[in-house]
Amino acid sequence: MFDDFLFRAFVAGIGLAIITGPLGCFIVWRRLSYFGDTLAHSALLGVVIAYALSFNIILSVFIISGLISLSLLYLQKKTYLPNDALLGLLAHSVLAIGLVLLGLLTFIRIDLMGLLFGDILSVNFQDILIIWIGGAFVLLILIKIWRPLFAGTVNLDLAKAEGLNPELANAVFTILIAAVIAISIKIVGILLITGLLLLPAAASRNLSSTPIQMAIIASITGLISVVLGLFSSITWNTATGPTILSVALGIFVLTLFPWKKLLISKKEIKLMDK
Amino acid sequence: MQNSLIELNNCGVIRNDKWLVRGVSLKVTQGQIVTLIGPNGSGKSTTAKMALGILKPDEGSNTIKSNIKISYVPQKISIDWSLPLRVIDFMNIIEKFTTSEIEEALSLTGIKNLIFRDVRNLSGGEFQRLLMARAIAKNPDFLVLDEPVQGVDYPGEIALYKTIQEIVKNINCGILLISHNLHVVMSQTDHVICLNGHVCCSGAPKSIVKEPEYIKLFGKNIDPTLAFYQHEHDHQHLPDGSVDQSN
Repeated sequence: MFDDFLFRAFVAGIGLAIITGPLGCFIVWRRLSYFGDTLAHSALLGVVIAYALSFNIILSVFIISGLISLSLLYLQKKTYLPNDALLGLLAHSVLAIGLVLLGLLTFIRIDLMGLLFGDILSVNFQDILIIWIGGAFVLLILIKIWRPLFAGTVNLDLAKAEGLNPELANAVFTILIAAVIAISIKIVGILLITGLLLLPAAASRNLSSTPIQMAIIASITGLISVVLGLFSSITWNTATGPTILSVALGIFVLTLFPWKKLLISKKEIKLMDK
Repeated sequence: MQNSLIELNNCGVIRNDKWLVRGVSLKVTQGQIVTLIGPNGSGKSTTAKMALGILKPDEGSNTIKSNIKISYVPQKISIDWSLPLRVIDFMNIIEKFTTSEIEEALSLTGIKNLIFRDVRNLSGGEFQRLLMARAIAKNPDFLVLDEPVQGVDYPGEIALYKTIQEIVKNINCGILLISHNLHVVMSQTDHVICLNGHVCCSGAPKSIVKEPEYIKLFGKNIDPTLAFYQHEHDHQHLPDGSVDQSN
């Protein structure tokens, strides 16, 4: 069954959608969307290193993205530069190093389109294992750090004062994003990964009134986008990543209609009126 | 000394070669209200943060008794619009409570009817009451209130201060209160510390008004122990303006 590339793509994509939902919510809440972009830019370096050393791409990208996340945390403390400047600095310098390295290592031939936009054909059994086992770890760790991370998102001082450790949770969270970006490269490509994190969360925001609800609806939205996107991509022979994101955008547009009023139970409306 | 919850010993914080506050010593014991007063930028919030352990003093030492429960009502919180958060969810952000515990705390501060409201639709005063309710619900040993009545209307302000006093009685916690509103606060306080970059003067509310340093900062005419004005209404208004029928 795992010989079928279509089946492999679905298994990989579904695993991915489940984890991007809640992580994407935190990216939206914490205003980290450009952080996702920075990591995605740095992914090229990871890919080049993986090819050069014939190493697994996902692991290599994860290590590079993790290092970038940690350098960002370090630079935030050591410099007076604002966040967006630091993110731009890291994104483009690491991209440049990746391109220089690619030019030096002439024996490497990278499928650039696949790297940028995702290529379901290249998902192999090992990738599926990494996505599901890695994804399960990411989800477990996120549940573990949910309380300090969420409390710190609402108010850092409050969380610190009342005995939580939101700073550690933040550091762990950035590593989790690095992991998810590494995992999703083959499915959506580095150019569009941030979109897969942001769009389902954005759509979900329009439908939810509690944080947990938003995380779950984001996962479901991502799931529908991946399944419909993969089908469409195969049917019309379009690039996988852009097709998945187009579906997610379609769902986002649908959520702009006032469905929320229909979804809230009558009991809650009564309680609100009291 | 034996039951002091937190203690600052000659603490100071320096940022960019400037002392935000220096030489602050204070302690809060169980069942005691300590009030910090002082003009803007005098280091009140900085001192509170040292007492909470959020900020490490660059000079001196802060000791917080181990295993005590701390509640904090920060001066300002802004909730991002992207975050869907109802009053009941906000109550649970640090510690999870049962619904009845939440309702009890919310009715203490008079906003039980807002339990399913989105926090970003609360008015400034309602949000302040929510912060108070969450802090109370924890049953803290040590409670830090940074300008807890800002944005609350005058009758509500008095009611909230009464609530604070009741909390101290009921759960026997120590309170560090920060306020620029000298009139209402001081009549209920055990110990007042007057800050302006350093401790200008400190003592019981009655004695502090005679200190020359205090008069220099706040003027002669303010007599805090007398200025507390008790409204003798035969009825009470709920925060939404309706009259409370319960008594």
